[in-house]
Amino acid sequence: MMIPACRLVDLPRGEAYRLDIDPPVSVFHTDDGEVFAIDDTCTHQDASLADGWLEGCEVECPLHASKFDLRTGAVDAPPAKRPVRTHEVHVEDGMIYVRLSLDAPNLPPCVAARLAGGPA
Amino acid sequence: MRTVAVVGASLAGLSAARSLRKQGYDGRLVVIGDELHRPYDRPPLSKEFLAGSLAEADLALEPDAEDLRAQWLLGVRAVGLDGPRRAVRLADGSEVRADGVVIATGAAARTLPGTDGLAGVHTLRTLDDARALRDELSLGGRLVVIGGGFIGAEVASTAYALGLDVTVVEAAPTPLAGPLGETMGKVVSALHADHGVRLLCGVGVKGLSGESRVEAVLLEDGRSVPADIVVVGVGARPCVAWLAGSGIELDDGVKCGADGRTSLAGVVAVGDCASWYDPRAGLHRRVEHWTGARERPDAAVTALLAGGAVEPSAPRPPYFWSDQYGVKIQFAGHAAGADSVTIEEGARDDRNVLAVYRRSGHPVAVLGMNQPRLFMRWRKQLAAAA
Repeated sequence: MMIPACRLVDLPRGEAYRLDIDPPVSVFHTDDGEVFAIDDTCTHQDASLADGWLEGCEVECPLHASKFDLRTGAVDAPPAKRPVRTHEVHVEDGMIYVRLSLDAPNLPPCVAARLAGGPA
Repeated sequence: MRTVAVVGASLAGLSAARSLRKQGYDGRLVVIGDELHRPYDRPPLSKEFLAGSLAEADLALEPDAEDLRAQWLLGVRAVGLDGPRRAVRLADGSEVRADGVVIATGAAARTLPGTDGLAGVHTLRTLDDARALRDELSLGGRLVVIGGGFIGAEVASTAYALGLDVTVVEAAPTPLAGPLGETMGKVVSALHADHGVRLLCGVGVKGLSGESRVEAVLLEDGRSVPADIVVVGVGARPCVAWLAGSGIELDDGVKCGADGRTSLAGVVAVGDCASWYDPRAGLHRRVEHWTGARERPDAAVTALLAGGAVEPSAPRPPYFWSDQYGVKIQFAGHAAGADSVTIEEGARDDRNVLAVYRRSGHPVAVLGMNQPRLFMRWRKQLAAAA
């Protein structure tokens, strides 16, 4: 599924735009001008990676110290142990589109339970 | 370098082992830990694990697929270091000779004198501590937490959520005044009263009463607070006694340069046991934070592998977090040098604030309560300004 996110001109370098779908997805515009989309929720605990520390092609979770690679979703530091999903990004006529991955998301236990309708 | 021994198998030791492999060290790697457990994450011990929402398997710091090609010697304590030979002596009589040694032996919870063997009295530092405390909290009753610092406050918060009757006793007039300063220490510790947890400040503990099991906490002003369970959260002391006679300089922990190098060539120290030189402040200090144990081993391993031939890069300002009563508390920098604190966003009565600490107008620290986004921006600014 292709989802329009935001206009490229509205997303300055070094910033992120969160798509409020469930689970949320975030689009990152790196300082080098590349655009990536990954699942917004840290796989360790419920935190928005769009609020995180973006450096190069890595974003650090705003709560703890886990860093995710925007290109691959790989995590390189604890406490998170699982990668985030990455999504394909297309820019057409100045608009950023995200093609959602068909893989299952790696959500932290509390969020996974909430989405499954269980106790938070 | 053909053998490196990492002494300590918690976050700092694991991070050092990872840094070694990441930085291309290909030799023999021995990790020595006095607990039987593989490296596990401690922050949840006072929160989700204690509350029962995280299981032991969730605490593991190593993903299943990780292989550091290390030899793990677990459940065996290091009892000495022969400095010149760089040989780590172990409690079972054996020794590990190495070309490089990473000291990551952490810190141990301080206890109250005269409370050994009294049932119902706990400290919280290790997984085994947390298991024992969790089992007792599940029975309910009256909990008295001695010490209103972060561990004490988190245990109080978790126990309150489990339905216990909780009292926190703090010797200082304001809890958390050390790390957060008076003003914000008051705001954060007000979370206790918001939830009906009693906070008794400015009064020391004289002792505990009870024959085989604790019955009450006796305060210095003569009061007695009945207790079924007591948690002692009065700080930690660095585990460095085993280094006596090694030739390594000790000073409230292992005295280190700005890159973790000790006074002995080929030996670095990281984590809670290490007192690193802070060039900005011009002094040595031990930073007992998760983030330091995670990040600093990178620099220490670089120094170890290069034999000190590289300039240490400036570490980011210290950062820690806490979760209490559903509020996310985040702090970066050093509050001690500040001459002013202003709330830049949110309201203190809502326990939802972003506060900036300044010295002569320059930000030196930042505190967030339920403000992760703004906090991260300020934290970045703080690092850039440093």
